[in-house]
Parts: sequence; structure tokens; C-alpha cells
Amino acid sequence: MVAKIHKVNKRRSPFVRQLRRILPRASVLFDSEDTRPYECDGLSAYRELPWVVALPDTIEQVQAIMRLCHAEQIPVIARGAGTGLSGGALPQDGSLLLSLAKFKQIIELDPVARTARVQPGVRNLAISEAVKQHGLYYAPDPSSQIACTIGGNVAENAGGVHCLKYGLTVHNIQQLIIITMDGERVTIGGGGLDSPGYDLLALLTGSEGLLGIIVEVTVKLLPLPERAQVILAAFDDIEKAGNAVADIIAHGIIPAGLEMMDRYAIQAAEAFVHAGYPEDAEAILLCELDGINEEVSEQILIVHSLLQKSGATELRTAKDNTERELMWKGRKAAFPAIGRLSPDYYCMDGTIPRKQLATVLKRINEWSKEYNLPVANVFHAGDGNLHPLILYDANKPGELERTEEFGGKILELCIEVGGTISGEHGVGIEKIDQMCVQFQALELKQFHAVKHAFDPESLLNPGKAVPTLHRCAELGAMHVHHGQLPHPELERF
Amino acid sequence: MSVEAQNQRIQDIVLHAYQTRTPLKIHGGNSKNFYGRQINGQLLDVRHHGGIIHYEPTELVITAAAGTPLKLIENALAEHNQMLAFEPPHFGDRATLGGAIASGLSGPRRPYAGAARDFVLGTKLINGKGEQLHFGGEVMKNVAGYDLSRLLTGSLGTLGILLEVSLKVLPRPAFETTLINKLPADQALAKMLNYGRKPLPLSASCHDGQYLYTRLSGTKQAIKVAMQSIQGDELNDGEQFWYKLREQQLAFFDSEQPLWRLSVPANTTKLNINGETFIDWGGAQRWIKSDMDAETIRQQAITAQGHATLFRHGDNNEEYFQPLSGKLKQLHLNLKLAFDPNCILNPTRMYSDF
Ligand SMILES: Cc1cc2nc3c(=O)[nH]c(=O)nc-3n(C[C@H](O)[C@H](O)[C@H](O)COP(=O)(O)OP(=O)(O)OC[C@H]3O[C@@H](n4cnc5c(N)ncnc54)[C@H](O)[C@@H]3O)c2cc1C
Repeated sequence: MVAKIHKVNKRRSPFVRQLRRILPRASVLFDSEDTRPYECDGLSAYRELPWVVALPDTIEQVQAIMRLCHAEQIPVIARGAGTGLSGGALPQDGSLLLSLAKFKQIIELDPVARTARVQPGVRNLAISEAVKQHGLYYAPDPSSQIACTIGGNVAENAGGVHCLKYGLTVHNIQQLIIITMDGERVTIGGGGLDSPGYDLLALLTGSEGLLGIIVEVTVKLLPLPERAQVILAAFDDIEKAGNAVADIIAHGIIPAGLEMMDRYAIQAAEAFVHAGYPEDAEAILLCELDGINEEVSEQILIVHSLLQKSGATELRTAKDNTERELMWKGRKAAFPAIGRLSPDYYCMDGTIPRKQLATVLKRINEWSKEYNLPVANVFHAGDGNLHPLILYDANKPGELERTEEFGGKILELCIEVGGTISGEHGVGIEKIDQMCVQFQALELKQFHAVKHAFDPESLLNPGKAVPTLHRCAELGAMHVHHGQLPHPELERF
Repeated sequence: MSVEAQNQRIQDIVLHAYQTRTPLKIHGGNSKNFYGRQINGQLLDVRHHGGIIHYEPTELVITAAAGTPLKLIENALAEHNQMLAFEPPHFGDRATLGGAIASGLSGPRRPYAGAARDFVLGTKLINGKGEQLHFGGEVMKNVAGYDLSRLLTGSLGTLGILLEVSLKVLPRPAFETTLINKLPADQALAKMLNYGRKPLPLSASCHDGQYLYTRLSGTKQAIKVAMQSIQGDELNDGEQFWYKLREQQLAFFDSEQPLWRLSVPANTTKLNINGETFIDWGGAQRWIKSDMDAETIRQQAITAQGHATLFRHGDNNEEYFQPLSGKLKQLHLNLKLAFDPNCILNPTRMYSDF
């Protein structure tokens, strides 16, 4: 181990010298005081000081850096804004952290074709702000949209509260330019709605920086709806709230957003932004309808009566845009709001078939008592994406470990009820072990084969997103799921 | 035969073909046989009527065996007032779900609702090594692992044989109306683009050479109001019109001339291609009947930042899709080998070199 570290350190100076031939001095960082801001992403429980950080601002520089790293066999970890919640941008010793933060230009805006060509470091919200004057917006709106970058959104296939109706990142982009590990520039997708050959656009979306560096994104824009209206419904029972969601959808209505928060989350949000949420409710639903004025009026009435029938204890329709924004503010600020109540929190991201909601929440509550760790739940209810937030204190010995164990159980429960371990935050380093539960060896091998097609030496973001079979086999030896050894076909190490 | 037994039968055949390096020509309902290059190989019939495996209207998800007739699926959805929003073309009574997903084709609603790949949530498949794999699932959001289900969509069976597909479904709109307006192509295109920039409940727009057709979908009120911003007369049987467009049964398609499909930015105005043109997808899909040489047409498509497919009545021994080059082509070859190392699944159906 010591020998390895020594070897890595010895390689740094020549590597930095070579990088400086490509980039100005200020764009190559390696002193710990300069690299510290890059030591973690939004999953701050995992930290590692980067070996070297590079901050290019042209595609040619990225190409040159990739060629250099390829030649020197130095792994590359891309980083956008570092808001990721699964440790996808976590640095690694001996690897280059490639920040795309300087790529901040909106290159071209075509209001007629309704597209915008942007650099990867452009913030999600900045796109909607820039196109607003044309009556357009970019639909996917992760709660982190003030900070997160479009490159990071593509790499994670980010969603937002409006993706029930308007889709995820994958549904709202049209073209990418990527730089492969060997420094080649490839255009994926195209100017039209589809492209010849395989759907590499879909493959790249959500690939967590393992297949290529995204250096340009063409996004699709939508006309701003004429009106958006939100109803807040309070329930004295979380199951009733879940049923209300099914009733709305069964009625043929796809709301623009349909979000649920449980008691703990409601109280935290209320204390933080004073959104006027009913604090005694067991759950609230926020249901947003948008479209033509008359259509919204019509649907609001329908949804109102459906919610009433499902036993809502209180129903409130936002009077104006200010009240509407306030209602959403509480939801969008839910994570930081909970962050105020506890030294640390751990945000989970499983998706479940919606009808399993009551079962899953009941189990989470039982575990919460068992582990003595409080949990708040925010839920993209319309599409079954659950965010349980476990509150803990990393300074208390053993508490992080217990939190992770609890979190792991929640993810496995999601798989058990027919869901998945990640709806939108990605696997990163965080859920790498649960990947061994969700997928069998053959599927993992197929993932590795796909990776090999792009990056045969596995230099792009190694160790993230897809576990090695060894790792799964080792894990399987300690971890028996429902009395069944995962990957029985593999030898144990 | 049970679904499992049928899947096993296919798996055995593929495994054997893998071991003996025997090229397979996969066919479902054969309704889209024309789509892609003509190939030879041992016929593998994957039609089996496993039917619908799981349909949960309130979860907006359906899972069915790939061999299930598309019609059966659409009928089941209609019973719950739901639909496949990408309006897959059938091109014949025998169209199967697997064929629709493997071809990845989408109908007139595509620019407003999404394409086939946008609705694919999960697949069970057999790769070229005869391995049964399962990716994605029945939930709307899933970012665990690469999105191989969407990658498989439109891959024409060259990466894997679909056994089961899970799709997101949507409620059928409460009302639909089609408006028509006699206009020359350039003015019609300008209108389509203009409508697209407004918050109107559009669900299709096309121009057949003479008329602009605009479909509105939504609540009764929404349509009533939207009709004020869109001039035109209400078409009596709008549903039939869009059906015929989707199935290429309109008079425009009744021809033996080579039919090109150009996928271009919606606002493309300059295409120097001689031939009658039908504009669909709000401008993003152009059907052109033309005898011009492939090279010229493909160059025009590239100049417009799009691509061209020789959809019907061409020489199916030549390239059918816009050829790839450079690193992009290399990545395709690598991916093909990642799924099908012995190149036994529909080899050369998509491109002459893999
Ligand atoms: C308070 C809070 C709320 C959030 N809410 C949501 C939400 O509602 N929905 C949601 O989906 N997510 C949410 N997130 C998670 C996060 O914001 C998203 O995953 C976002 O897409 C990450 O973007 P980023 O620019 O910060 O990427 P980073 O964190 O920097 O990177 C994320 C991953 O993408 C890779 N990557 C970044 N840029 C590139 C590139 N140019 N090329 C190739 N790979 C790249 C990295 O290697 C890494 O694996 C939230 C996070 C926080 C902190």
C-alpha cells in the first residue's frame, strides 16, 4: 500500500507539467488548499482530496487532456457542480478530477426550433432564465436547479417535480457532443428528433461519466404554460394520500407535478420557509395542473372533488402565483429544511410501484424506531420516486454506519417490491453494493461489455455505478438476501 | 407453451447459433420486413402469444411478451381509456409489440408526446451469446445501470431478441379535434412552428402538399379555446386521417417511387430534393418521393443537420439508413460486439458492415 502511494505521488509532478502545457497555470490545481473544494459532492459523508484538478474551458483542451490521460493511463473523473447525491464525482487518488465548471456559455438559442445549444457547465435554471423572454423553458427541474449543471443532469438523467408530465432529462435533450477516453470528439443524436444507428443518446444519459465527457448539450425547450395552478391537500393518513394519487391518474389526469411529504418533512419545511403547510397533517399532496387557462380551471375542479372523496382533511388552492411559488418553495427546500434539524442527513432515492407506498413507508417507520434514527419522507408521488431522508450525527461513533445499513435496507426493500435502487440520483459510489442485489452477474457482465465498447481500459470514473463481479461475490459472502446467496454461480473469494 | 418455455426455446436456438456461428434472421409478425436491409439467415420466428403479463392502469404501466400482437395491447389499453402515446405504426395486422420496439418507429403524436424509446421502461432479452437478461423494470424512473432497454429500442434485433417489454402508457385525451387549412408548404410550416411555440394542446401537425392538418387533444374547454388561435375547418373524421397517415395509407404513399424519410430540425426550409413532400411531426419528419440518387439526398439531410432513410421502394441491398463514419461508427461496431460477439443477430440488417 505504502509503495503504491509513493508511486502515485512520484507521477504527479511530471503529469502536472504536462497538463500545464495544455492549460494555464491557474487551471491546474494540486495543492490541498486549492483542491479541498473538490473533495466531495453532495454526498459529503464520502471525501477524498483530489490528486490533480483540471479546469479546461475549450473542447480542444478537453481533448488534449483526455489524450494525455489516455497515454499515461490516468483515470478521469468528470465533475459539474458537485451537487450529485451518490458520490459520482468523488475524487480518487491517482486520478484527474476534470471540472467542466468553466463551460458556462449558452452557445445558441433557436426559439423557432425550440432548442438551445449549451455548454455542459451551464446551470439548469440558467437555461430557463435565458429563454424565458421567448416564452419558453427547459422542463426538467431538479430541486438543485439553481446550482447543478446540465452536464451533470445528463450524466445522472436528472428528474424534477415536473417530470411526471414532461419527462426526465433523457426526454428533453436532442444532441450531445462527447469526448471519448482517447480524446475523440463524437456527436451523438442530431438536429432532428432522432438519429441513425443505435440510440446512444439514451445510453449516454444517466451513464454517470463512465462512457464519455459531455462537452455540449442541445436541449429541447417547451412553451411556458399559460397558467399553472397548485392544490394542496392534507391527509390524516399517508395511505389515503397514496390512494388519492392513484385516483387522479385513474381519472385520466396527468398533473404537471404531484408531490407528497410526510409529517416530519412538512414540519421541517414549514419551520424553514413558512409555506403555510398544515403542520398537524400526516401527509400533504401538492398537485400542480398546467396548460390553457380554461383547461386548468376544468381540471382543478375535477382534482378538487377527487381529493375530497379520497378523504383530504383540508384543501387549499393557491390564490395567485406568489402563493403557488410559496407552496413549491416548501417542497423544493425540503432537503435543506431537514438539514437544519440534524447535523447530518442521508438522502435515499428508491423508486417503487406506487401501490406499494403504504407497505414501504410502514417498514421504513419500523426500522426508524429500531435504529433510533428519525426519517422524513419526500416523495415524487406521481412516478413513485421516494426520497427518505435519514437524520443522523456523523460525530456520534457508529451512527453513520448504522445510517448506511438502514439506508441499504430501504434500497433492498425497493427492489423487493418491484422497484429500483435509484430513480434519479444515480448509483455512484453510494449504491454500488445494492447493484449486486438488483442485478445478476449476467446483466453486470453486459454492463461491463458496454463500458468496454467505449472505454476498454476502464479509465473513466472507475469504481462507480457498476460494481465488479468480484465486489459482488465478496459482498455476497457476507450478505445473504432472503436466505439466498446472490451470484451463486461465482466462486467466493 | 408457457411464456417461460417459449423463451427457453428461443434461448436454445440462439445459444446453438452462437456456438455454430449461424446468422439468424429474426422475425415477428413480418409487418416491418421492408424496414432495413435485406438479409439472409436461419429464420427465427419469435412470435409467441404470451400476451399481456401485467397491466396496472393506475401505475400507467403495461408489460407484455414481445410476440403479443400490437392490436391486442392497444385494445386492452383502450378498455381503460389509455393508449400507447407514441402511436406505433402497425404496417399490417400481424404487427407485434416486439417488432414495434425493435423498429422504434413512432407515429404523428411523436413530437408532442414522445417516441417509442421514451416510453420503454424495461425489457427482458436474449443477447447474441444466448444469455437471458433483464434491464429496467416497471417503474417510471430508474437510473440503476446503463439504460440498455432504450438502447435496444430501434436496434432492429441486432443487439438482442426482445422477450418482454414494459411500457409507460398514458390516458387517452378526453377530446380530439383536427383542423384543416389550405396553405402552401412554406406557410404551413411557418404556422406549425408558430403553434409549437404557444402553449396549445397540440398532438399532431402535418402538411400533405395542400392542406395543413392540426390535431388538438385535451379537455373540451381547452380545445374550444385553442381552436380560436388556429384557423381552419374541423375535419369530420380526423381519427381516420391520422390513422391513415400513421399506416401510410394516404394517397401520397400510394406510389412505387422511392420513399425517403428525412429527420431534420423542424424549421428546415432549404432541402434541395426534387420530389413530392409530405411534412409531418410539426416539420421534423419529411416524407419525400424522389428518384434522386441516394448520395445527393443524404448530403442534403446532413447539410440540414438531419439524416435520411430510404424507407420504401429502394434497393434493400444498399445502405438503408444514413451511413455512419469515424469514431461514431467504431462505437457502433464495438457495441454490436458487446452484445453479439459472433454477429449472429440480424447481421447487416441495419448497416452493411455489421
Ligand atoms: C439539495 C439537492 C436537491 C437535489 N434534487 C434533485 C432532484 O430533484 N432531482 C435530481 O435528479 N437530482 C437532484 N439532486 C442531485 C443532483 O443535483 C443531480 O444529480 C445533478 O444532476 C448533478 O449535477 P452536477 O452538475 O452537480 O453534477 P456532479 O455532482 O458534479 O456530477 C454528477 C455525476 O455526473 C458526472 N458528470 C458531471 N458532469 C459531467 C460531464 N460534463 N460529462 C460527463 N460526466 C459528467 C460526474 O462524474 C458524476 O458522476 C439534488 C441534489 C441536492 C444537493
